[in-house]
Amino acid sequence: MRNLFSFIARNYFFFVFLLLETLALIMVYQHQHYQRSYFASSANAVAGQVYKWSSGVTDYFSLRKANQQLAEENARLLHFTRESFLKTDRQVFTFRDTLYQRQYQYVNAEVVNSSVSRRDNYLTINKGKLHGIEPDMGVVTFNGIVGIVASVSDRFSSVISLLHKDMQISARIKKNDQIGTLLWEGYDYRKATMTYIPSHVALSVGDTIVSSGFSVIFPKDLFIGTISDFEIRRGDNYFSAEVELAIDFNKLKYVQVVNNLMLEEQQTLESQSENTAR
Amino acid sequence: MRTGIVRHIVQFVLLVLIQVLILNKIRFGGYINPYVYVLFVMLLPVDIPGWLLLMSAFGMGLTIDLFSDTQGMHAAATVMLAFVRPGVIRMISGRPVFDPGTIPALSSMGTRWVLFYILILVFIHHTFLFFLEIFRFSEFFITLGRIALSTAITAIMVYIGFLLLDNPEKRNR
Repeated sequence: MRNLFSFIARNYFFFVFLLLETLALIMVYQHQHYQRSYFASSANAVAGQVYKWSSGVTDYFSLRKANQQLAEENARLLHFTRESFLKTDRQVFTFRDTLYQRQYQYVNAEVVNSSVSRRDNYLTINKGKLHGIEPDMGVVTFNGIVGIVASVSDRFSSVISLLHKDMQISARIKKNDQIGTLLWEGYDYRKATMTYIPSHVALSVGDTIVSSGFSVIFPKDLFIGTISDFEIRRGDNYFSAEVELAIDFNKLKYVQVVNNLMLEEQQTLESQSENTAR
Repeated sequence: MRTGIVRHIVQFVLLVLIQVLILNKIRFGGYINPYVYVLFVMLLPVDIPGWLLLMSAFGMGLTIDLFSDTQGMHAAATVMLAFVRPGVIRMISGRPVFDPGTIPALSSMGTRWVLFYILILVFIHHTFLFFLEIFRFSEFFITLGRIALSTAITAIMVYIGFLLLDNPEKRNR
């Protein structure tokens, strides 16, 4: 026993190293396997606060661009308001219209921190639990998919960006309704890859890619980007297409968090039919 | 001794702020992310007790992790750097005995020594960090490229840090 102690005492440097390294690696492992683990995410109150201060300063530099973006969005929304339609039929009865029921709710949020240069990128947004945001909600802008909420604190949320090796999104080619999987292979943050497109499909450069709506997280028909190149890779029997993303993740400032109000209904139904099939 | 500790704490805070508020926001061509905060561990005294060296490195790494959503990754890489540091110092030093409390600096160690010191340690830190981030070998050569480029840029920045810290030291002596 004494020998053991003296052995540890002599090599204590190595044992302290082993202890700390193991501790760190356990944390890495937990983070990779349980994305919601909370300890050192920048949704953490301290880091969130520091980023809020920093964003408070740097916001002024991009005011012109932010204004322009907001004006564009306003114009686009105005396009859909009731005021921009002329009522031609007096018989139309819109009060308590049961034909339409709201499925998606949007919460506006500002990006306070983000990265594009790593293999797994995250964003932090300035809305959290208090604003009704929960893990697994989608994050979008008017022209594309941004990511999925991973963890929330009271006032901040941490978002797994589309630029992450574990992100796979169901996407659709608009002109022929073919479905494929959109993922990011990590070279260029302006370009993603759409894969598993059947090889008989006629593709051409410039085809529009939109979200499929198959996932319960994102609404359908969100513009994602356009095809800039495509090929059948060696050993594959499907097309892989390079997609130029409409979103520039590097200057992303304002995003919308999507809340699918019918998510629970759809998931319950789907799990029910899976169980009966078994 | 007292002022020495204050000095290291100030360096800690400054390097965290520089790393988190400036360097993490600049994208050098998309791939490259310099991690200049390792300068903190490099500037600790040569004869610092081993446990304190490892703990300081762990604390630094964890602080950076807190701000960049990389739970444990920077902590693991920085502890690795601290673990190899005594060995690297022994390896590149011709003279084995240092005055107590010697801090690695250009004036006391010479340019050649400092350059080797920076390059070896930064390379080990970045290699460990980048492979931990990828966690697979399928993108081996791209990762190797990222390591090489980031090592070069971090090393240059750390060297500039050494240059900036050198002048007041000389005046004191």
